[in-house]
Amino acid sequence: MSIPKETLLHAYRSMKTIREFEERVHAEIMNGQIPGFTHLYTGQEANAVAVCAHLDESDTIISTHRGHGHCIAKGADVAGMMKELFGSSEGLCKGKGGSMHVADIDKGILGANGIVAGGPPISVGSALAAKIRKNGKVAVSFSGDGSVNQGTCFEAMNMAVVLQVPAVFVIENNYYSEHTHIDYAVGCDDLKARTEAFGFPVFVADGADFFAVHEAAGKAIAHARAGNGPAGVFAEQGRYHGHFVGDPQSYRGEGELENLRENHDPLKVFRQHMATSGDLSEAELDAIDADVMAEIEQSVVDAKAAARPTPDQVTADVYIQYGATA
Amino acid sequence: MPEKTMRDAINEALHQAMEQDESVFVIGEDVAGCNGSAGDVGSVGGVFGVTTGIYNRWPDRCVDTPISESAIVGAAAGAALVGMRPVAEIMFADFIGVCMDQIVNQMAKFRYMFGGKSRCPAVIRFSAGGGFSAAGQHSQAMYQVMTSFPGLKVVVPSNAYDAKGLMLSAIQDDDPVLFFEPKVLYQETAEVPDEMYTIPFGQANFVREGDDVTVVAFGQMVPKAAAAIDALAAEGISCDLIDPRTTSPLDEAAILESVSATGRLVVVDEAPPRCGLTADIAGLAADKAFSSLKGPIKQVCAPHSPTPFSPELEAAYLPDADKITAAIKETLA
Repeated sequence: MSIPKETLLHAYRSMKTIREFEERVHAEIMNGQIPGFTHLYTGQEANAVAVCAHLDESDTIISTHRGHGHCIAKGADVAGMMKELFGSSEGLCKGKGGSMHVADIDKGILGANGIVAGGPPISVGSALAAKIRKNGKVAVSFSGDGSVNQGTCFEAMNMAVVLQVPAVFVIENNYYSEHTHIDYAVGCDDLKARTEAFGFPVFVADGADFFAVHEAAGKAIAHARAGNGPAGVFAEQGRYHGHFVGDPQSYRGEGELENLRENHDPLKVFRQHMATSGDLSEAELDAIDADVMAEIEQSVVDAKAAARPTPDQVTADVYIQYGATA
Repeated sequence: MPEKTMRDAINEALHQAMEQDESVFVIGEDVAGCNGSAGDVGSVGGVFGVTTGIYNRWPDRCVDTPISESAIVGAAAGAALVGMRPVAEIMFADFIGVCMDQIVNQMAKFRYMFGGKSRCPAVIRFSAGGGFSAAGQHSQAMYQVMTSFPGLKVVVPSNAYDAKGLMLSAIQDDDPVLFFEPKVLYQETAEVPDEMYTIPFGQANFVREGDDVTVVAFGQMVPKAAAAIDALAAEGISCDLIDPRTTSPLDEAAILESVSATGRLVVVDEAPPRCGLTADIAGLAADKAFSSLKGPIKQVCAPHSPTPFSPELEAAYLPDADKITAAIKETLA
C-alpha cells in the first residue's frame, strides 16, 4: 500500500517528537525538575503513530500509564503536555493530572490511565456511543502485555463482541509487565490465539516498523469502522527505559537493550525504509529532526517559566464544595 | 395526584428522559432480558423491573450486557465522556466490589484529573440495602462508602416522589451520579405527578417539623424514623425529621440550622457504624454546632457486622422504629 508523502512526513515528525519528548523528560526527571511517577514510551514510537495515522480527531483513543506517545500521536499539544508534566497550572490538565493522566477530550484523547487495563472498558463505551449514533467512529484502546491478564480487559473484549461495537484493542507487547516477563505472566503460549478466542480478528505486526503496524492497524480499524465489530492489533516492541524512570532494569539479559536500540529502533527502521524507497530524502528527515529538537527545547523553556498553581485551585473542578457553618 | 410505586416512578423518569433526549440510554444486566433465549426480548426489564418497557420502545438504547460490572460501568463512563447520557444498572450495590476501580479511579476523577475539560454525565443505578433476607452479599447500603469519594454525586431516595425527581436531576447532571434505590421501598407508593419535574441535589427534605430533637435519616430509615416520630407526638415530643436525599452534596446548612434550634441530634442509617454517615453527621454537628448541643449526639445504625440472613437476625440487625424512639428519648433524658 502506498502511503502519501504528507502522511509519511507527519508520521516521522510524530515519532521524532515522541522520542525527543521522552528523552528530554527523562533528563529533566534526573535533574529533579519533574515530580511524580513517569513511564516512558521510547522505543515504541512506531506503534502509536502508525495506529493513529488511521484516526480522525473525533475517533477516540484511551491510553495507559505509558501514555505520552499515544497522546502526541493523536495530536495532543506538546507544549501543554510538557507544562503538565512540570505541574504547571498552564498544563494540559492544569497540573491536576500529570504524566499518568494526560488527556484532551476535544482531540479524542480519553486520557492516559494510571490503572493497568482501566482503559479498555471505557473505550468500549466510546465505541458503543459510536454504534448508537451510527457515526462511523472507532474507539481504540492501547494497552500492554500486562493489561491482557486483567479481568477488565477480558470483560471489555467479550462485551465488545457481544455488543458488536467498533472497538479496536491495540496490545503493545513490550515483553515486560513492570519487571516480569511475558513468558512468566501470560499462562498460554499463544496470546494471539487466546485473544482471537474472544471472537474477533487480531492482526500482528513488528511494532518497531511503522509500515508493518500501519498495515495491521489499517486492517483492524477498517474492520471495526465497517461495522464488523471489534478487532485487535498485536505488536511486539521494546521499551528502552525501565517500567518507570529510575528502574535499574535488573531483569534485562546481557545485550538485550543494546540489541533493541541497535536493531529495533523505530526511527532507524523508518529511515532505512526511506533510504530504500526514496519517498523522503535524508535532508527532509534531518530538517524534521532539527525542527522537533527546537520545539522540545522551547517546550521545556516554556514549562519552566509557566505559572505555578495556587492553593485555591486544589478543589476546583470537584463540583461539590463543603464547609457550611452553623 | 396518582399514586405510584417507587419502582414505577423511576421507570417513568427513565421513559420520559429517553423520550426527551436521544443521548440517554440504559445499559446493564437484563435491562431488556431474554437476549439470545427462547423468551421475548425485553420481557424482564431488570431484575426489579425498573427498566420495564424501555427495550420495547427503544431497542437500540436498551443495552443488555454480560455479567461484567466493570465493563458496564466503564462503558457508561466512556459513552458519557463522548457526550451520551447513559443510565447503567448494577443489580445490587454490593457488586461495587467488582467495579470499584471504574467508579472510583475512573469516572469520579476524569473531570478533575483532566483539568476540568471533560464531562462524564453518567448515572449508575443500584438496588441497595437490607430487609430482604438477602444476606451478606446482597444487602449492603454502600452509599455511605461511596459518599467519601470526591468526584461522585450520591443519591438515596426515600420515597417514590423524590425518586422520580432525583432521577431526572441525575440524568440531566453533567457529572457522575450514583443512584441508590433502597430495594425494600420499590413497592412503596406515594403521590407522583405524571409530568417531568426535578429535585435539586443538596437540598434536604424536612419530612417532619418539630422543636425538641433533630432526626437525620437516610433511605429506608426515613419512613421508620417518621413512624417513630409520629408515635412520640402522643407523648408531647416533636422532632424535625431531615431526609438529606443526597449524601453528596450534603445539605449541611439544613442540618446545622435544625440542630441549632433543637440542640439535640439523632442520626439514623442502616449501614454499620464505622466511618459511616451517622458518624459523619455527628462530626459535622460537633464541629459546627457544638455550642447549641444540649447533650450527646446519638447514632442509630447497624452493628459492626455483615448483614445476616435469618429474618430474626436481620430484624435485630437493622435499625427500626423502636431503636429510633429509644435514641430520641435518650437525647431528652
